[in-house]
Amino acid sequence: MADQATFAEQAMPLMDSLYGAAMRMTRNPADAEDLVQETYLKAYRGFGGFTQGTNLKAWLYRILTNTYINTYRAKKRRPDESDLDEVEDLYLYRRLGGLEAAAAGRSAEDELLDWFTDDEVKQALEDLPEQFRMAVLLADVEGFSYKEIAEILDVPIGTVMSRLHRGRKGLQKRLYNFASERGLLPNEPAEVGASTDES
Amino acid sequence: MAEGNCDDALNELYTFLDGELTTEKRGQIQQHLDDCTPCIEVYDFENELRTVISSKCKDTVPEDLRQRIADAIGKDGAPAS
Repeated sequence: MADQATFAEQAMPLMDSLYGAAMRMTRNPADAEDLVQETYLKAYRGFGGFTQGTNLKAWLYRILTNTYINTYRAKKRRPDESDLDEVEDLYLYRRLGGLEAAAAGRSAEDELLDWFTDDEVKQALEDLPEQFRMAVLLADVEGFSYKEIAEILDVPIGTVMSRLHRGRKGLQKRLYNFASERGLLPNEPAEVGASTDES
Repeated sequence: MAEGNCDDALNELYTFLDGELTTEKRGQIQQHLDDCTPCIEVYDFENELRTVISSKCKDTVPEDLRQRIADAIGKDGAPAS
């Protein structure tokens, strides 16, 4: 049985991470703060049920996600962007990869890291339909395993993989839009292995 | 000539990056990447993109929220009344 006295010591350091996730989920600072607060209170009260030695972060994220779904998820859901299936794999690489390779070894400004602002990356993630956003957030921002994500979202691993696949494509397409608005763009998508039609 | 198939390596690239392949499959993909320049360029790009995404989606909790929560859970461990 976990001791509530150790909750503060173990859980408080994870708050930045949970707050970031709450921001991506709610897309609203006021709601994010409420969500984080509610999560911590629930976790604190239920800490006796947490098994020491298991993944506390995953446990907290499960509470965060459930609280979000039950409280803040929009009643009116945005339509599922099934047209994400038509977005090619390696969407961003096909369009920007050539530029990056050509710029390799030159100045720091040519690094991929400097092509997008923090706000653009956050916005790109927040623009994803919610189920894809959650999967990409948990995998690519927080580094959870497929199994952990499946437990946090309470879906099968296959569903996690499918949402990741489509969510990542959606994210890349959105980042491409930002790059385009900044005039970072080239010409035609590069051939990578078998060619596909541009969407 | 690179061992294995570029299509296969690229199809599995994300699962590879996620560390979710079996040891055997991982070895096969790694072997292909070691020998195939076009594929390693894709790998480098996607790996870097992953770093961009994780590093730029960081947030810091507002201090007053942190304090509010700390007070609510009672940092000395005692439940707040």
